[in-house]
Amino acid sequence: MHEMSLCEGIRSVLETQAATHKLDRITRVRLEIGQFAGVEKPALEFAWSVVMRGSHAEGSTLEMIDLPGRAMCFDCAQEVEIEDRLSPCPNCGSGKLMPTGGDEMRIKDLEAI
Amino acid sequence: MCTVCGCGTGSVEGHSHSHDGDHAHSHDHAHGHPHHHHDHDHSDIHFGHGPAGTEVPGMSQARLIEIETDILSENDRYAAENRGFLKGRGVLALNLVSSPGSGKTTLLVETIKALGDQPVAVIEGDQQTANDADRIRATGAPAVQVNTGKGCHLDGHMVGHAMEHLNLGAGSVLFIENVGNLVCPAAFDLGEDAKVAILSVTEGEDKPLKYPDMFTAARLAILNKTDLAPHCDIDLDTYEDNLRRVNPSIEVLRVSAKTGEGMDAWLAWLAAELAAKTGRQAAE
Repeated sequence: MHEMSLCEGIRSVLETQAATHKLDRITRVRLEIGQFAGVEKPALEFAWSVVMRGSHAEGSTLEMIDLPGRAMCFDCAQEVEIEDRLSPCPNCGSGKLMPTGGDEMRIKDLEAI
Repeated sequence: MCTVCGCGTGSVEGHSHSHDGDHAHSHDHAHGHPHHHHDHDHSDIHFGHGPAGTEVPGMSQARLIEIETDILSENDRYAAENRGFLKGRGVLALNLVSSPGSGKTTLLVETIKALGDQPVAVIEGDQQTANDADRIRATGAPAVQVNTGKGCHLDGHMVGHAMEHLNLGAGSVLFIENVGNLVCPAAFDLGEDAKVAILSVTEGEDKPLKYPDMFTAARLAILNKTDLAPHCDIDLDTYEDNLRRVNPSIEVLRVSAKTGEGMDAWLAWLAAELAAKTGRQAAE
């Protein structure tokens, strides 16, 4: 959706971390991206190298960890994992599901020298 | 290519920030730092004894720093500031989201007229032009136009600045008309009390299924232009079923801003939300 501006947000977090921890260079960054976060991973990878240029994370490796979509089923009252927002409940087949997780967009950790 | 979305193809123009003038950003950093040297003892194998104090497969021990920070934390910080400001003043803020052409501005104009003496203010988000803010100002309500340029959504920072230009009194309603886009605005909290999605019946019953993120994030959906339903083979019940399929708890109102059908229910919803907000403020 807006991968370039997401990268700019990440860059600003990384620069703050670099200053706080007195890092020379950030070599690797791991993100956790939920199934429903609306993040287009190839677009994020593309934006990464462009946006990180001139920062402490220039040339860093980007790793993305997928987190599953989760939802609460209104009919069987179970929390279930679902493939996409319109998937039926894997337990009871109901279509009345309220997403409860999977919209995460988190910077998990980073590796620096 | 859209430099914000990364969507489409074409040339990359790099990125630029536009601010209201009171911020200066510089992204240049001086490099040339001393490097750390480590002495290693290779006789034993230890895990978790590196500088990071933990071991993660695939990551070296150079220095591992756990961050666990939301990527949108910067936006969320601005949104929280906005929310605090709005709460302090007892202002009800609604983030109106929709595709372009759903009739948001017409609905707003008719709503403001119907609200009469109720203080109202509007933040208009569009890529270009001040047309929408001009239409709102013609009703007598104060409006600030925010042009996002290449941007596809309003963010907490833009809305915070826009609010500085509005004299928001206690008990007023702030309508934030987001950029017409059913994708990106879903993820950006502006500090609002609720997202209100506006769909026009001409968009087709499967719109909620095509853009589920937005309708999951919205508390209320307004099915607008119901006067056109007989002319375009639309089954409004199917439309509502599809909305509830992506969000079982969404409230739905059928409205025609043009004929006034359903406006009473929408105005009643607004009055109840405002009473809840100002009541909460009075209770605290």
